[in-house]
This record gives sequence, C-alpha cells and structure tokens, in this order.
Amino acid sequence: MTENEMTSNESTESTSTAEAAASSPDPSGDPLVEQSIDVEGTNETTGTTGKPVIESRDLNVFYGETQALQDVNLAIPEKQVTAMIGPSGCGKSTFLRCINRMNDLIDAARVEGDLYFEGKNVYDDDVDPVALRRRIGMVFQHPNPFPKSIYDNVAYGLQIQNQTENLDEKVETALKRAALWDEVKDQLDKSALDLSGGQQQRLCIARAIAVDPDVILMDEPASALDPIATSKIEDLIEELAEEYTVVIVTHNMQQAARISDKTAVFLTGGELVEFDDTDKIFENPDSQRVEDYITGKFG
Amino acid sequence: MSTETPGPDITSRPSGRAARERMYRYVLLMCAATSILVTVSIVVLLARDAITFFTLVNPVNFFTGTEFLISRDVYGLLPLLSGTLLVTVISAVIALPTGLAAAVYLSEYASSRMRSVLKPGLEILAGIPTVVYGIFALVYVTPFLQSIGLPVNTFNILSASIMVGIMIIPMVSSLSEDAMSAVPDSLRQAGYGMGATKFEVTTGVVVPAAASGIFSSFILALSRAIGETMIVVVAAGSRPRMLNLSDPLANIYQGYQPMTAAMVQINSADTVSQLGFTSLFAIGLTLFVITFLLNLLSNRIAARYREEYE
Repeated sequence: MTENEMTSNESTESTSTAEAAASSPDPSGDPLVEQSIDVEGTNETTGTTGKPVIESRDLNVFYGETQALQDVNLAIPEKQVTAMIGPSGCGKSTFLRCINRMNDLIDAARVEGDLYFEGKNVYDDDVDPVALRRRIGMVFQHPNPFPKSIYDNVAYGLQIQNQTENLDEKVETALKRAALWDEVKDQLDKSALDLSGGQQQRLCIARAIAVDPDVILMDEPASALDPIATSKIEDLIEELAEEYTVVIVTHNMQQAARISDKTAVFLTGGELVEFDDTDKIFENPDSQRVEDYITGKFG
Repeated sequence: MSTETPGPDITSRPSGRAARERMYRYVLLMCAATSILVTVSIVVLLARDAITFFTLVNPVNFFTGTEFLISRDVYGLLPLLSGTLLVTVISAVIALPTGLAAAVYLSEYASSRMRSVLKPGLEILAGIPTVVYGIFALVYVTPFLQSIGLPVNTFNILSASIMVGIMIIPMVSSLSEDAMSAVPDSLRQAGYGMGATKFEVTTGVVVPAAASGIFSSFILALSRAIGETMIVVVAAGSRPRMLNLSDPLANIYQGYQPMTAAMVQINSADTVSQLGFTSLFAIGLTLFVITFLLNLLSNRIAARYREEYE
C-alpha cells in the first residue's frame, strides 16, 4: 500500500521533470544527469537497474508539412519493456523509427531535436546509421522473413557483419532464445516462408537477436497474429527484457498492460501526454486525456 | 424498402439477352482461339516441309554436318549453329550484366525523377528497328573496333553481337526491374533494420527475392538474341563457318552466318534447288524448337522460384 503510494508520488515527480524539460530545455544539460533522475522511479517498481539507455530531448518529426511528433521528451530504461500506446497516427511508430534512424529512409521525413543512445546523440553527423542499426534491432508489424531458408534468415545479420565464426552455434542460440528452435531444428534448410505467421514473427525476432543488439524495437509485432501466436510473442518479449532493452509499439492496451514495465501514451498530433510506470498509467494516470483513452472513451 | 413504394419488377427479363450474352462469349472465344490456331498452323506447316527435307537428307547428317553449301546441296547445321551460338553468348555477356545493373539502378537507386527520364529512354532503345542496329554495327561499330586495334573483318560476328546485346538490354532491364519493384518494401526494411547497407540490401535481399523474374528476363532476352535476324544479316557476313575451338577468341573477329541469316539468304537467292528451299524449314523448325524450349524453361523457372507475397 505504502509502496504503491510511493511509486505514484515518484512517478508524478518524474513526469513533472519531463514536462519542465519540455517547457524549458536546458541547453547545457548532459542527458545523463536527467537520466539519473528518472532512474529512481524505475528502480522502485521493478527492482532492476533501469539505467536509461535511450533518451529523447525535444524531439520533433515532420513528414513534409505534417508534424508527426511534438517536443517529445522520454527516457527509456535499460533491460525493461517500454510500451508506446496511442491511437492511429499519434506518432508512436514514428518515435520508434527515430531510435534506429529508420526514418532516414523516408525522403520527406525531417527530424529536429536530440535522441541519445547511451549518451550519444544518434542524429550527430558522425553517427553511422548502419552501425547504429546493428546495435538496435527491429521487429516489424508484419512478419517479414527473407525468402531464404530459416537458417539463412537468422545468419543474415551475422554474415553482413562478417561474424561467421561458430555460425551454426549462434543461429541455434538465437532460435532457442526466440523459442522457435524446437519447432524448426529439423528443417533449417526449409524456406522461412513456409512457416506460420507466428513462427515467422519469432524467426524475425531470432534474426534480430542473432547479432546480439542492445535494444530491440518492436512495431506492433503481434498485430497480424492470432491470439495463441500473440501470447507466445508476449511471453517471449518478457523473457527478452532480461537481456535486452525492449521498446514496443502496440495498439493493444491490454498487451501493453500485460508485458511492459513502462508505458508512454501518445495522443493525436504526436504529443507524448504521459510516460510512467505501466501500473500507474493504467490504474491512476495523471492526465484526464490518458484516462479517457485507457478507459475507451476516445481513440 | 417499404411496401408502399415497390421497386422495379425483379422477374422481368428482357427477351434475347441470353442469346446476346452467348454471342459475345463466342466472338471473344474466337478472337482468343485465333492466335493459338495460327501458331499451331505455322508449326504444322513448318514440320511438314521439314519432314520433306529430312526424307531427302539424313537428319543425323544435317545435325552433325560441318559444312553448309547451298550451291553444292550440302546441308550441315553446325556452322549455322556456331554463328547463332556466338551471337547468343557475346550478346549475353554484354546485355545480361548491363541490363541487370540498369534494372538495379532504376529499381533501387534512381530518384523518381531520374527514373521518369531513364525508363522511357530505355524503351526507345527497344523501339529502334533492328535493321538500323545492323547498319550501325557495320558503319560505326566495326570501324571503331578496327580503330582500337582489334583485327576484325569488315563483316564480323563481334560487332553484330554487340548490337544484338544492346538491342536486348531494355528487355532485360525492364523485366528485371518489374521483378525487383515487386519485392515488398518490408523486406528492404528488414534488411536495413539489420544494419545492412543499401548495396547489401540490394544484392543480399532484393536481387535474390526477385531471382525468378530476373532469370526469366535473361532467358527471354537470350531467345530474342537467338531469333534476331536483321542485325546479323547486315553486319555478320554471309559465310557459314565452323567454330575454331583451338583459338576461340579469334572466332569473334570473323564473319559468321547464324541460322536466321542463312534462312534469309536461301529465301532471297535467285536460284535454289527444291532441296535447298525445304532446308529453310528444317532450319526454321530447329530454331523454333530452341526458342520454344527456352521459353518453356523460363516459365518453369518463374513458376518454381516465384515467392508468394501478399
């Protein structure tokens, strides 16, 4: 009881800190200083070392004339599951794609503000998006295995990085971590496209973790799957958070509530309305708009 | 919707509609059947005259003969096949890599503005009459080859094959580009998400995913090269010649007469024996079988390796 109260108090504090940062950005601020403030709230709830690994500062994204994100300030803790929820077009996927600079691939997209990964602004000129994406893996909405064998799909990332030592072993490890090994160990040479949708998505997760990234971004990874496949993916995500920082975008609020430690609520217009411990967001959000959204009054 | 305003009577059927529908159906069927009918007739007539030829000339002698001399009624296919083989190989060496590279550029690298300029440009290349390519080979390419020190004859298979290669580039690039454009963007995203560079995504993801379309574009282009006539008639000379296997490179500097060119010559010769005339059909049938098999192969490859994307 008292712990709950403490949590919500501290969460309120950290939210107001974020708001303060949004209204008056500190030009000289070291991102790590602010991160250390957010850390405490995280520690209370989960008991793990939730050092922020990704932090955005006044992040704005435009697609041509349309603004997709507005002054987003967000610190994502290490080795936890952070969920991004919100209605369609709220910018949650855009935020995700800023983290590994996938928005670079869209000609009309323009990013302003800062996004730090382990203290380094990924939008600095000297950052190589290719190298960045090797440390921040991604899983997409629709399973998109390459039209190659199961083995070659998992080996792909290792091969382009020339990490072909003990390739068989690494492929096996990745498939085991993705809870797919037992289903495919006798058919590694079979085309990945012959797998079911849920298996394909776990293969995509295996492909992403094979190169041992620090962060895994997931863009509605279960939205194209049936409930059983979805529940397998959800179990897997919770396991992955023991070793990786997981950021997941989802349409499904129950899913966010089930699997995430932290939840960020984006609402229409690309505005981050509230970011806090998942329990707090779903039980006692500060914002009326978030409560309306969570309870289904809108969105 | 309500009983007060009944809609039109749903049981009234205009008389004669069924008959009209039947007529449309048959007219359309006849149009569709015509092309098949014509093809079948051609094959049948080709085969009939070829059989006449083969009753007079032993097929074994025809397919293994190393001399082709109409004036002495000697009909060996191999010299003509040598010419056709050279044209096919040389033009493939030129067209397949170039066409594929052009397709990769158009599909993966070009901006939409660049593409809107280059694609129609390539299609214009496909619209040039082949006789123009032939004259270009004779008048410009051969002198150019001589000027850079290659010992080519006035009529030579190299310059003809270069132009055949250039002629089929648009075919390779256009069909390959279609295949690559059909690769879902989600696969490229997956590649980039793994930290692949653009070149790695192109060569490791897009090209393999489009392999069936690319291979069938190759094969269709090859069968086009095999059937090409005007360029070789104009630029490759009129002497059937056997491949000299001991010095393969020297072959390309000489004139050859591929199967198609030989058929033109027989057909337009002033005096030709009855046997010579029927040899036309034997060569034609052989040519048809080769290109038919290639097209069949192309379809098989396309069907076998086609990946299903939603």
